[in-house]
Amino acid sequence: MVEFALPKNSKISGGKTWPKLAGATETREFRVYRWNPDDGKNPSVDTYYVDTRDCGPMVLDGLIWIKNHIDPTLTFRRSCREGVCGSCAMNIDGQNTLACTKSMHDVGAGGAVKVNPLPHQPVVKDLVPDLTNFYAQYASIEPWLKTTTPTPQKEWRQSHEDREKLDGLYECILCACCSTSCPSYWWNSERFLGPAALLQATRWVTDSRDEATGERLDNLEDPFRLYRCHTIMNCAKACPKGLNPSEAIAELKFKMVERQI
Amino acid sequence: MSGPSSMRTPLERVRGLGSAHTGTSDFWRQRLTAVAMTLLIVPVIVVVIMLIGRNHAGAAQILGSIPIAIILLLFIVASTWHMKIGMQVVIEDYIHNEKLKIASVMANNFFCVAVALASIYAILKLSSGV
Repeated sequence: MVEFALPKNSKISGGKTWPKLAGATETREFRVYRWNPDDGKNPSVDTYYVDTRDCGPMVLDGLIWIKNHIDPTLTFRRSCREGVCGSCAMNIDGQNTLACTKSMHDVGAGGAVKVNPLPHQPVVKDLVPDLTNFYAQYASIEPWLKTTTPTPQKEWRQSHEDREKLDGLYECILCACCSTSCPSYWWNSERFLGPAALLQATRWVTDSRDEATGERLDNLEDPFRLYRCHTIMNCAKACPKGLNPSEAIAELKFKMVERQI
Repeated sequence: MSGPSSMRTPLERVRGLGSAHTGTSDFWRQRLTAVAMTLLIVPVIVVVIMLIGRNHAGAAQILGSIPIAIILLLFIVASTWHMKIGMQVVIEDYIHNEKLKIASVMANNFFCVAVALASIYAILKLSSGV
C-alpha cells in the first residue's frame, strides 16, 4: 500500500540551533534539513542565522554563507548559481524550486526560510537527493535523434514552424523539481516516468526530424509509464523554468488517441 | 519491485517488463463516458424529479416511455463504466501489493457489472410493466 507516514528512520527529530555570529545585526533564520548517513541518527532540522548584510539575496547565497561561516559539514549540490544547471533543486518553504533563483525575501513572509531536500527521494546526505531512478527514466525515453534515412551531408533540416513546436519543451534543465512534486510520482516512481521524462519524451515525439515517433509512442503507451498522470499540475506550478509538463503530457495522450481513432 | 540493494542496473529497473501498449482505450472511454454523462445528467435529474412521490404503478407508467427508459439505460451504462475505470485507476495508484491489486481490480469489475446489470434489469422490468 501507499505510505502516508514517513518510515521510522526518516522521522525528523530535534536539531541544533547554531548561535548568531558576533556582530551580525541583520539576520535571517534558516531551518535546514540535516541527515548524515554515517552517524545512524534520524534526520533533524538545524537552525542557523544568516547575516544578510554579508550575504547575497538568494537562498543558495544563504546556504553557501552558512557553509562558509558556520557549519562546513552542511551538504548540498550547486554549480552555476544562475538557474541553468539545475543542481540546487530543493524544497524551499514547501515548494520545489532552485535555491539559486529563489530570493530569500520572497520566502516565508520574513519568517524562517525552511529548506528540505526534494520530496520522496532517497537522501544521500542533508539536501542531496539520490536521483538515480530519475536519470534512468530520462535515459529510458532515449533522448536523442533517431533516424533511418542516411545522415545527410549537411544538417538535418527543419522548418521554422517545426522548430517553434519545440519551444517550451527543450528548455528543461532536468532539475527534478516537477517529478518530485507530483503525488502520482511519489506513489509510483518505479513505474510512472514522471513529468520531467515525459516532457522530454514529448520533445522527441514532437521533433520533425525524428523518425521514431511511432516507436516512441509505443514505448510510452502504458497504464503506468504515461497514464499515471492525472493532470494534478503540481509539475507546472513547481517548474522553475516556467515550463508546463502537464500540457506536454496531455499532448502525448492526444497523440495516443489520434493514432487510434 | 527490486529494492535499492538490487544488482540490476537502474535502466533495467525502469524498463522493467516493458510497455503494456495499453491504457489509451481506458483513457478514451473515461472521457467518452464523462461527456455522455454530462449530456444525460439533466434529463436524468428531470426523470428522477418526476418519479418523486410516485407509487410503483406511477413509476412503471413513466418508465414505460421508451425515450425515458433509454435515457436511464444509457446513463447506467455510462456511469458504471466510468465508475469501473475510475476505481481501477485509484486501485492502481495506491495498492502496490500485486496479489491484493489483482484481487481488488477483479472485485471492482464484479461490483460494477453487478450494479450495472441490476440497474438495467430494474429499469427493463419497470418499463415493460411486468
